[in-house]
Amino acid sequence: MATDISKLTLTARWQDLTTGMMIHAGGTSEEFNTGEWTSVKPHVKEEDCRQCLLCAQACPDSAIPVNKNERVKVDLKHCKGCGICAKVCPFDAIEMEGL
Amino acid sequence: MSYNFKEIMSRPERLAPGHRMCAGCGGTIAARNVLRALHEGDHAVIGNATGCMEVSTFMYPYTAWKDSYIHNAFENAGATISGVEGAYNALKRKGKLKEDETYKFITFGGDGGTYDIGFQSLSGAVERNHDFVYVCYDNGAYMNTGIQRSSATPMYADTTTTPVGSVSSGKPQNRKDLTNILVEHDIPYAAQTTFVQNFKDLHIKAEKAIYTKGAAFLNIMAPCPRGWRYHTPDIMDICNLAVETCYWPLFEVVEGEYYLSYEPKKKLPIEDFLRPQGRFKHLFKKGNEHLLEEFQKEVDRRWESLLKKCK
Amino acid sequence: MAKRDRLSGNEAVSYALRQINPDVFPAFPITPSTEIPQYFASFVANGQVDTEFIPVESEHSSMSAAIGASAAGARSLTATSSCGLALMWEELYVAASNRLPVALALVNRALSGPININCDHSDSMGARDSGWIQIYAENNQEAYDNMVQAFRIAEHQDVRLPIMICQDGFITSHAVENIELLDDGDVKNFVGEYEPENYLLNPECPTAVGPYSVTDFYMEAKRAQAEAMKNSKQVILDVAKEFAQISGREYGLFEEYRLEDADYAVVMIGSAAGTTKDAIDQMREQGKKVGLLKLRVFRPFPAEEIAEALKNVKAVAVMDRADSFSDHGGPLGAEVMAALFRNRSQAYAINYVYGLGGRDVRVEDMEQVFETLEQIAATGETGDTYRYMGVRE
Repeated sequence: MATDISKLTLTARWQDLTTGMMIHAGGTSEEFNTGEWTSVKPHVKEEDCRQCLLCAQACPDSAIPVNKNERVKVDLKHCKGCGICAKVCPFDAIEMEGL
Repeated sequence: MSYNFKEIMSRPERLAPGHRMCAGCGGTIAARNVLRALHEGDHAVIGNATGCMEVSTFMYPYTAWKDSYIHNAFENAGATISGVEGAYNALKRKGKLKEDETYKFITFGGDGGTYDIGFQSLSGAVERNHDFVYVCYDNGAYMNTGIQRSSATPMYADTTTTPVGSVSSGKPQNRKDLTNILVEHDIPYAAQTTFVQNFKDLHIKAEKAIYTKGAAFLNIMAPCPRGWRYHTPDIMDICNLAVETCYWPLFEVVEGEYYLSYEPKKKLPIEDFLRPQGRFKHLFKKGNEHLLEEFQKEVDRRWESLLKKCK
Repeated sequence: MAKRDRLSGNEAVSYALRQINPDVFPAFPITPSTEIPQYFASFVANGQVDTEFIPVESEHSSMSAAIGASAAGARSLTATSSCGLALMWEELYVAASNRLPVALALVNRALSGPININCDHSDSMGARDSGWIQIYAENNQEAYDNMVQAFRIAEHQDVRLPIMICQDGFITSHAVENIELLDDGDVKNFVGEYEPENYLLNPECPTAVGPYSVTDFYMEAKRAQAEAMKNSKQVILDVAKEFAQISGREYGLFEEYRLEDADYAVVMIGSAAGTTKDAIDQMREQGKKVGLLKLRVFRPFPAEEIAEALKNVKAVAVMDRADSFSDHGGPLGAEVMAALFRNRSQAYAINYVYGLGGRDVRVEDMEQVFETLEQIAATGETGDTYRYMGVRE
């Protein structure tokens, strides 16, 4: 049975923890917003983007999703603002902006 | 093997966002691009040695891995995945796992868990030729504990256990050539890669490693912005310079045969790779020219030796 | 039909393992447990089992691989002794905290240094706080019977803890004795299939094992682990009851030998209990009221039950085949005395360290222990409560 991590909060009792602290689910980290770590965010100038997808590939945080050959909106809930995407973009279509 | 970049980029992400690796981390770039080489429909069990990646990608109750995942300890990722692969064989044999359910086994370790403390376990696992891939994301020091030297740390690097001082120029020894040591285990596939261009080299090697029957080893240079002290967004430039200076040659060894994956048209001087990195800052002080010469000599020696093997 | 045979302890445990037909068995040789993976490898070579046997490069790796296999959904075990167990140290805790029902056939041997290949309990006693269930045997029959029961206990939903099945190096492992063996079919039915709810190789749902835990969760995780150990006591008794139905042999948490009306008692673990029983029989003939409590289950520690069994004795000697170098006694001594204290026992209690590195235990030695207890009760003078037996002075 899949683990419902919404019950595993900091107030969970010992009886509520999963056996052996295993988690029976994949990708539960999406519930954790690492986007709060940063004070800069990428801004994509859509008119300049040629959908080459290099930014999506080089992102360490899987925060530039690709759907059917196209980059979709940057996942700002998780982006840590490292700036790699802006650097690798061959078309200067990404700018890092202060929040 | 073909490289349909857009199709590959459209595959479902197997490393979820929300992990706690540092901003700009090379380790996760390596991991998610290796996982992208898994064929759709194939399951995987990911192994992981203790290190940055482990403490950041599975912090209870948050796992960043879409596939099954096991972390055991620092020094035993090879042995742990051996047991998992053994279980797969046994469960298949006993009919407890359906014939059409395919699992692949991929273990990630930093250079600490791979070159050093986990070396015995890795050596044993590949010698037994379990059907798995060991991926080392080599960032050249024990980054998780705060940038201590490892046997993968390059000569003269300033680390917290080889600090530069009035009578010290950083790490006195050369780095261990682990890829070649793994090749000498006579495994079916070993390769060295990093992040260049559109990751074609990394992708193709990862796919070969995953889909070669038996033990495979993939050594991926994965820069660490904290430990190497370069400007975080410049990671791809750093990787490119490592390749163009022949510091980190791209090659693969298939059934004992060496193949050079890329030969720079004009080999760049090693200074180009070292200069952007704070850990080598002292090498550029007046009077330290001989250290740079030594470094260059070692890079040349290793490059020539590799070229001979590739002929 | 059960059959009678003559087997060594290692042969007996290997025989049980063939009958169990586990999924994965990683192993590395070390005296005196080496024969177990050797016998098992021949079962594999002859197609008598379909286990994945992994001859790893160290004991650390054998336990690591057993953990990986168990997490993956396989019934797994390994075997070792002495320094092999010490090398697994970290992994013992990992197996227990991940709540993986791995089994370990342990053949007790002294720890280095100096290097010594003979029996004492310093290896398993060193691992006593690692979270493993520990069950000990006096002879090959018990070693066999305990091995057959091991997975039923470890895999129980209320337990899910690793289990160590211990026997004395050479004294039990290599000595050939009469034994009664169960039918293959009976063992297969008794042990059953391992069907974990969640595991790595479950195509329906991925599983992540071995997290980093921040302070907010760590203590709750340990408390849950402690509960599993607490639960295991009843499970051990229930499994023993079921085992008695197929074997006719009954087991509890410990064996009481002529203890009911005893004034003087010895508490001990393992093969030396046989020698002690001989001493008791001889002294009983002389009218001495002496008895034995032979501990089978050391983890979980049956403190209340031991105190209850000893409630009428005047004096007790706790025999430790391991020293803890605490200047206070051995591990069994500390636990038994704590149990007696909590039960407001008025008995005199002393603690002996004996039999280290294979040092012989003779009937006369044990008679001497009982005589000492008699003197203590008579004089009210306990003297030093931390003593060595059988050492040249």
